[in-house]
Amino acid sequence: MELPLLHLALVGTPNSGKTSLFNALTGSRQKVANYPGVTVERKEGFFVTPQGRQVSVVDLPGTYSLRGRSPDEEITRDFVLGKASGETVPDLVLCVADATNLRLTIRLLLELKRTGRPMILVLNMFDIAARRGITVDVERLAKELGVPVVTSIAVRKGGTADLLALTDEISAKLAAEQQESSWRALSVAELRATQREADRIIADCVSLPARPDTWTARIDAIVLHPVGGLIVLALILFFMFQAVFAWAQPLMDLLKSGFDGLGEFVHATLPEGLLQSFLQDGVISGVGSVIVFLPQIIIIFLFILLLEDFGYMARAAFLMDRIMGGAGLHGRAFIPLLSSFACAIPGIMSTRVIDNKRDRLTTILIAPLMTCSARIPVYTLIISAFIPAKDVWGFINLQGLVMFGLYATGITSALAVSFVIKFFMIRDYAPAPFMLELPDYKAPRLKSIAIGIYTRAKMFLVRAGTTIFSMMVLIWFLASFPQPPAGATEPAIDFSLAAIIGKALEPLLAPVGFNWQIAVALIPGMAAREVAVAALGTVYAIEGGKEAAEQIGQVLATKWSLATALSMLAWYVFAPQCASTLAVIRRETGSWGWMAVTFFYMLVLAYAASFMTYNVAVALGAG
Amino acid sequence: MTDHDDTRPHMPLGLALRGYTGVIQHLSTKDTGSALSDIELESRLIELGFVEGARVEVLHEGLVGRDPIAVRVDNITIAVRRREAMAVIVA
Repeated sequence: MELPLLHLALVGTPNSGKTSLFNALTGSRQKVANYPGVTVERKEGFFVTPQGRQVSVVDLPGTYSLRGRSPDEEITRDFVLGKASGETVPDLVLCVADATNLRLTIRLLLELKRTGRPMILVLNMFDIAARRGITVDVERLAKELGVPVVTSIAVRKGGTADLLALTDEISAKLAAEQQESSWRALSVAELRATQREADRIIADCVSLPARPDTWTARIDAIVLHPVGGLIVLALILFFMFQAVFAWAQPLMDLLKSGFDGLGEFVHATLPEGLLQSFLQDGVISGVGSVIVFLPQIIIIFLFILLLEDFGYMARAAFLMDRIMGGAGLHGRAFIPLLSSFACAIPGIMSTRVIDNKRDRLTTILIAPLMTCSARIPVYTLIISAFIPAKDVWGFINLQGLVMFGLYATGITSALAVSFVIKFFMIRDYAPAPFMLELPDYKAPRLKSIAIGIYTRAKMFLVRAGTTIFSMMVLIWFLASFPQPPAGATEPAIDFSLAAIIGKALEPLLAPVGFNWQIAVALIPGMAAREVAVAALGTVYAIEGGKEAAEQIGQVLATKWSLATALSMLAWYVFAPQCASTLAVIRRETGSWGWMAVTFFYMLVLAYAASFMTYNVAVALGAG
Repeated sequence: MTDHDDTRPHMPLGLALRGYTGVIQHLSTKDTGSALSDIELESRLIELGFVEGARVEVLHEGLVGRDPIAVRVDNITIAVRRREAMAVIVA
C-alpha cells in the first residue's frame, strides 16, 4: 500500500548545520520558493527512506526561540504550530543541534516540546564534537529530554543513515492521537528557567574538554584583531573582485563566442527575413548577452557561500559594525551590500538577517547603488570605446582607474544616502542592537556549497529565460516595426516604434547629452541593465551577429561625443532602471511606496550626475 | 541572586576590557540606552546564553571605540555592542 507523503520540518538555531543536513538528505531534489505573502525563502526537498517512504522536508529559518521577533522566526513558529497558511502541519519535527554547541539548542528544544509535535533531536557534526573531545551520553540525553536522539554527520556519505532508520521507525508508529500544543510565548522568568533546565541536562549528559577549539582562537587572534582584521578583510575583498573579473573572463569569452556562433549558424541556415532577424538579433544575442554573466555570478556566490560556511561572515559583520554605524548602517548590512556587487536582488533578499525594520529599510534602499555585475558590460563597452588604455604614473591603467572610480562613486553615494536617511528621515534613532553568535570555524562543506551555487545559478538562468527573454522580444519588435516603406534610403530603424518613442523622450534627455538612440536603449534596460548594451547594438543596426562589443564600441566612438559617453557612465552609476530590483524591493518592503521612493531618488541622482558630468565635460571642450 | 565572589566588585560587562574574565551575576536591563525594550533585551541576552553563573571572557574588541566586543560565554562566542553588554552585570 502506498503510504501518504511524510512531512518533516527542520528546526534549529543559526549555525547548527541545518542547511547542510537538508542538502545531505535531499541532494538536488529541492524546491526554493517564497512563503505566501512574505518573502521568506521556503526550501523544500524530497527523499525516500530506506523502507521506501516518500518524505518531504522543509528547511525552516534558523531561530533561537519561538518568540518570532523577525519575519523569518515567525514563519518557523507558525509552521511548527501548524498556523502557517497553506502549509501542512509537520508530522515530525527534526530539531537540529550542532553537537559541539548544545546549550542554545537544548533550550530551544525544551520550548519546542511544548508544541506537542513528534520530534527527534539530531546531533549534527558529531564527528567534529568527537574530535574536540566532547562526549555525549546519547541514551541518557534522550531519556532526560523525553525525545529520541540520533547523531549525524551531514557531510559524510552515509552519515545520516541512523537518522533515516529512526525516521522510518518513528513514522511507522506515528499515532493518530496528536498531542495538543500547550505552547505560548515564554516570559523572561520561564526563559531563564528553561535555560537552567537545559544547562542541568547538558551537565548531566555531556562532558566538555577543558580547552576550547584552539584553531578558532588562533584564527580569530588574527582576523578579529582591530587593525589586522580589517586588513585581512580588505585583502579578501580585493582577492574576490580580482577573481570575479579575471577568472571569469575566459569562461565569459567562451560563452560569448558560443552564442555568436549560434547566431551565425542561424544567420547562415535561415532565409533572410523576419524570422532570421528575430532569432539572431532578438533571441540569441539578447538572451546571450545576459547569460555571459553566469560565470561572474557563480564566482561571487562561491566566495560568499564559502566565507559563510567557514564562519567568516559573522566576523566581517563584527569588524564592520561600528565603521558602517558611522553612516547609519548596521553591521549585518555588510553581507547584503557585499552580495549586491553581484546583483542587488540576492543582496536585498539577504537583508532579512537584519531584524530591525529601519536598518533593514535603509540597507534595501541603498543596495541598488552597489555596482552590480549587470553594469559591468555597460561600463566596459563605454570605457573601452572612449578611455585610452594608457598608463598613468607609470603603472596604473587608466581604463582600470576609471572602472575603480565608478565603483568608488557607487559606494560613496550609498554611504551618503544612508547618512541622509539616518539624518533626515529616521529621527529619534537609537541604534539597533548588534548581537550575533560567532560560530567556531568549520571546513566548508563542498557538496553543500555546490548545491547552493546550483540553486542560485538556476534562479539566474530562469530569470534570463523569462523576464529578459520577453524584454528582448519586445525591443526587437519595437526596433523592427513598422517596417520601412519600399525604397526608403534611411536605416530601417528610423521608421520603427523605437525611434518614435526615443525621439519623444529626446528633449527630456538632451540636457544630459543623450540622443534618441540612448533613450531607446534605456527603456529595455528596465528589464536588466545589461540589456542596454544589446539594445544599443540593435538600435545602431549593427548587422552580422554583433560579434564583439568592440564593434558596437567603434560605432559609438564615431557617433557619441566624449561628454555623452561620460554622462552615460555617470547615469549608470545610479541607473534606477532594473525592473527586477524594483519588484524585489516592493516584495521585501511590502510597499509600492518604498519602491517608488527608490526609483525616484535614483532617477534624480542619475539625472543630476549626468547633467553635471555632461556640462562640465562640454565646458572643458569634450562636447 | 547570591554572589559567589565577594572580593570582586560588580561591574557591567559593557565596561570590561579585552582579557577580562568573570562570572555573570545578574542581568539589569534598566537604562542601558538600548533600542530594545527591557524585556526584549533580557530575553535576547538569555537566548544567547547570558545567564547567571555563566563564565565570560572578553576576547576581542572592535577598532572604533573598542566596540563591539566578542565575548566567550561558557563555550560559545557572542558578538555584542557595549551598549547592550551594559545590562550584563559581572564580577
